[in-house]
Amino acid sequence: MARMLMKGNYAAVYGAAMAGCTAYYGYPITPASEVAESAAALFPKLGRTFVQAESEVAAINMVYGSAGSGQRVMTGSSGPGISLKMEGISYCAGAALPCVIVDIMRGGPGLGNIGPEQSDYNQVVKGGGHGNYRNIVLAPNSCQEMCDYTMLAFELADKYRTPVFVLTDGVIGQMMESVTIPEPVKELPDKSDYAVFGTPLNKNLVNSIYIDHDDLEEWNMVLHRKYQVIKEKEVMYEEYMMDDAEIVLVGYGSVSRVLRTVVDDARAKGIKMGLFRPITLFPFPANEIEAFPERGIKHVLTVELSTGQLVDDVNLALAGVIKSDLYFRLGGNVPSADEISDKISELYGEEK
Amino acid sequence: MKKTMLRKPKGFVDVYVHKAGAEKDRTHYCPGCGHGILHKLIAEAMEDLDIVDDTILISPVGCSVFAYYYFDTGNFQAAHGRAPAVATATSRANPNKVVISYQGDGDLAAIGGNNIVQAANRGENIVVFFVNNAIYGMTGGQMAPTTLEGQVTTTTPYGRNVDTDGYPMRMCEVISQLTAPTYVERVSLHDAPHIRKTRAAVRKALQNAKERKGFQFVEVLSTCPSGWKMDPVKSMEWVKEKMLPLYPLGVYRDKGDEARVITRPVPVMDPAEVWKKLGISAEADVDFPRGDVADEYKKMSIRVAGFGGQGIMVTGQALASVALEYGYNVSWLPSYGPEMRGGTANCSVNIQDGTIGAAEAVKPTMLLAMNRPSLEKFEKTIVPGGTLIYNSTLIDIEPVRKDIKIFPVPITGIADDKLGNIRVQSLVNIGAYAAITGMFKVEDVVKLLPKLFKGKKQSIIDLNAKAVKAGFDYVKENF
Repeated sequence: MARMLMKGNYAAVYGAAMAGCTAYYGYPITPASEVAESAAALFPKLGRTFVQAESEVAAINMVYGSAGSGQRVMTGSSGPGISLKMEGISYCAGAALPCVIVDIMRGGPGLGNIGPEQSDYNQVVKGGGHGNYRNIVLAPNSCQEMCDYTMLAFELADKYRTPVFVLTDGVIGQMMESVTIPEPVKELPDKSDYAVFGTPLNKNLVNSIYIDHDDLEEWNMVLHRKYQVIKEKEVMYEEYMMDDAEIVLVGYGSVSRVLRTVVDDARAKGIKMGLFRPITLFPFPANEIEAFPERGIKHVLTVELSTGQLVDDVNLALAGVIKSDLYFRLGGNVPSADEISDKISELYGEEK
Repeated sequence: MKKTMLRKPKGFVDVYVHKAGAEKDRTHYCPGCGHGILHKLIAEAMEDLDIVDDTILISPVGCSVFAYYYFDTGNFQAAHGRAPAVATATSRANPNKVVISYQGDGDLAAIGGNNIVQAANRGENIVVFFVNNAIYGMTGGQMAPTTLEGQVTTTTPYGRNVDTDGYPMRMCEVISQLTAPTYVERVSLHDAPHIRKTRAAVRKALQNAKERKGFQFVEVLSTCPSGWKMDPVKSMEWVKEKMLPLYPLGVYRDKGDEARVITRPVPVMDPAEVWKKLGISAEADVDFPRGDVADEYKKMSIRVAGFGGQGIMVTGQALASVALEYGYNVSWLPSYGPEMRGGTANCSVNIQDGTIGAAEAVKPTMLLAMNRPSLEKFEKTIVPGGTLIYNSTLIDIEPVRKDIKIFPVPITGIADDKLGNIRVQSLVNIGAYAAITGMFKVEDVVKLLPKLFKGKKQSIIDLNAKAVKAGFDYVKENF
């Protein structure tokens, strides 16, 4: 049977295995270690590569080597490890190499703690490393989505030859849910136009250095145009009870699940509330949020496990047309539905 | 072996098309630099060993950052120090190819020090050509890990002071401490006889690589006239006089015929085979038929709490696992926060049709309290009209709530006294839950036990089957 009870961290690796990922390179870090552990358990059964790298930095550079060799490849980590990987991710973006990085966010800055936070938003969604690049960022909020979106991440990575993040937090990573394993991919894309195989007809070069200024500008423009296409074509989001909503809650990942409960509670009281959940954080569903005012939405409350990283993108999209508010918790604390409902009453009064 | 001489070896491309600027027929290296000599030795050897088309070369950061201009191979350019990591994955992806990690001293021994040691220790099937010229050339002559004591560089303007800058690092000696490497040798390019020895070492390493004989490490003492501020002839003499005493030439490791041939598995990619290997059946999931469940138990948000070791997590997972088989959506969330270190444990389980919202049972419809602190902490959180099951063996206080249904069940007692094994408390819980809610049938749970206790002995499974029944019967007989 294809239906199993499993943790989000495991589901991501099942998704990777079904997507034809042939190599996993990682380094242990709580709460993402189970991603590596499940790859260590599954991949050898499939004759695929698992290497526990000597460091996060080594792991992402192994990803670079593997992706450059034409493989579907994945690594996983959490905040501090993602910070360490940033140079390598920049190299992958610069060399236009597809790869998938799972980030199970924890509390920061510094060593922080192992509780759930969403404080990697900026470093993951805005690029993170040096240079002008963006990662495609998918934000699952369930174990099934951990599986499905990791699989999708490989498709997008190959479609655009770019690093793709699966960004979630320790709640989704460590919780268990029913997951229906999708069928494995039947065919993998041909990468012979850029991947290095070491054969007589293949003398490709994987590289991100362009000594000539004009050459580098031109290459950056190629990347820039790619990100514009991604912005146009790959936006994903979920709306819940939005049709007549006057108050809209915005949140992603584990927070969006609490917000769903908040909306259910509000609707039970007759309050016109809805939930807008960005699924892709880059590309960000900016057009959809920009359209909030013309849909009759009066209040927008962003809830996140960071001090206002997501809300920056929400406010950019709203462009000040309607006032937007922010509620956040930190340090591993996840707000309860009641706590958020109280905040909403405080902000917008009972008349809603 | 063929001898290639007096022409450009086939290991090089004819025209350096990747090279920026107009001069696409000459290298970017300075006059008197050792890189050019070593490049030529490698290119000749690749031609003579007939591996040009089977080689992938990793260019590092440093003067040889542009090695890919020249070699007619598959090429990678890697981040500073990371060539061994890139080579590791490239070799794993292409197990039958010759993978070369070409590195300088700053790249290999400073920023990439751990990467080279770990790749060597894993015995990766790669060849490392390590150019030691005791200086950072590309960035303009700064101190390298291999810079000699007293040597003047732009960052040791008064000479390398070993008290503040440390001692020159001898990498052949470091690498040969490890068990895995197959072949480790230090050679030099300072005169013709030594270039011939270097040529032999290059060929030996590449021949070993062609035969997939693990980790090959060739350190090449080389000149940097620009960085050293010397003419090429003086540079050659400097290697001989200053470097050789510190960096003794010779073979540090040669496993010879003892070297193992490295083989890697072939990935399974066929969809049907992938599922089979992972134990995923293509047969459709068949749900157990549901019994009569009262409306109040159709959407469950359950908190299970107790001491660590009372099977709290297992109880929660078992609830979710069994409910799953009836086609419910389920979630299980272990506790976060300080209490996880305090000896108490709790988890949240949601069982319902439709999408599950918040995973934590902040306001549970049911509390399963296995010890007194759990009852005290969570009783007040139960929704009005909700359900409390508590472990009456260990909890010696009465619940205070009057607006909930209360089921005292001697869970520890049933497990310990009746079944003789305290470890079956979890399945006693499941039995009690089944009796109260009507959500599970005992025979269905028993059917699932081999799956829940995969790999456990039959006697364990049988005992847990008794536990389910005992929990179920107790509730049926007493309430």
